[in-house]
Amino acid sequence: MAETHYDLIIIGGGPAGLTAGMYASRARLNTVLVEKVATGGQILITDWIENYPGFPEGISGPDLSDKMLEQARQFDLQFEYGEVEKVELEGAVKSITIGDKVLTAKAVIITTGASPRSLHVGEEKFHGKGVSYCATCDGPFYKDKTVVAVGGGDTAVQESLYLTKFAKKVHLVHRRDQLRAAKILQERALANDKIDMVWDSVVTGMDGLFGVENVTVKNVKTNEETKIAAAGCFIWIGILPNTDFLGNALEMDEWNFIKADANMATSIPGVFAAGDVRSTPLRQIATAVGDSAIAAISAEHYIEGH
Amino acid sequence: MAEGILDITDDTFETEVMSADLPVVVDFWAPWCGPCRAIGPIMEELSSTYSGKVKFVKCNVDDNPLSPSRYEVRAIPTLLFVKGGEIVDTITGMTAKAKLEETIGKML
Repeated sequence: MAETHYDLIIIGGGPAGLTAGMYASRARLNTVLVEKVATGGQILITDWIENYPGFPEGISGPDLSDKMLEQARQFDLQFEYGEVEKVELEGAVKSITIGDKVLTAKAVIITTGASPRSLHVGEEKFHGKGVSYCATCDGPFYKDKTVVAVGGGDTAVQESLYLTKFAKKVHLVHRRDQLRAAKILQERALANDKIDMVWDSVVTGMDGLFGVENVTVKNVKTNEETKIAAAGCFIWIGILPNTDFLGNALEMDEWNFIKADANMATSIPGVFAAGDVRSTPLRQIATAVGDSAIAAISAEHYIEGH
Repeated sequence: MAEGILDITDDTFETEVMSADLPVVVDFWAPWCGPCRAIGPIMEELSSTYSGKVKFVKCNVDDNPLSPSRYEVRAIPTLLFVKGGEIVDTITGMTAKAKLEETIGKML
């Protein structure tokens, strides 16, 4: 197997990884960023970002992703594409395996982020046939149609608002009797005629011949089930950390987010974690890039001392 | 040098895809779709790797609404793998290059 040595390996190419990559390569660390498919992470499926400083007029997720990649590339950051199959993080030389390549480094930063959580009501078979996690990708297919959206946080509300540009009706199903989203988003959703709030309810199933035709919703207070005729079901009920590839290598919290201290140091010396994959009270682009800057500098200090 | 990725339309879909001599990979995409933009470079690389063996085409769903509807495409990116006028595989969503190569391999 081909083996390549670096100062630093960064795993994951979302905003956190690209920021860590920019800081590390600018600090002249020989750095490689390993990305499974393509850089960008969750912002690739975010239609509009209006709380990232420096863009007073707002910016689309894909555009911000392009800009972050362009900036990360300016300082000789290297890239490898492929799924990490094996990691060895203990000891002075860390190694990761992707396909037939082994990459080794003195330090590793994990910025693998998180993925949308699924409903587990048999929606897998409708993936691409009505079930979606990306309003910007698939919203335009639902012009003048009725859709169901699930969730009550920032993502669910922001993306439901986006869907109203196309759909004639968005039934927003939420398991509580009030939204968790930022107040400004709540106000916009509640004022929008096209959004119908389905409170205290969960999705229990969906059916259709070639794609989604009906979404079944259960009221958790009355246990009453209702079928909503809808061509699509958009799911935004939270995220799961992308940490399966790590096994039990690192200390994690009860939901398998990686525990890291204020310097982004994990339970293994020389291994750092930042962004959505870390156990943290807030998961925003702003916090991901801030924490990643710390992670890069911590890695630099660690490498200097070893 | 690769022939690159041909832009097809509702009008040319039948000729360029269903009646093609080579196996075809159709990339349904749109400019507003982040994951579509992100996998664009991967498609370029693959079209170069399989130059002469597999034909790569892309269909902008904004300008060509009939083809996605005819092939029941309701999400993008969706890739259709077509051999001898038949759809042999469909992949929706951002997918690693290795998995795409595996799927293409099955058509060869």
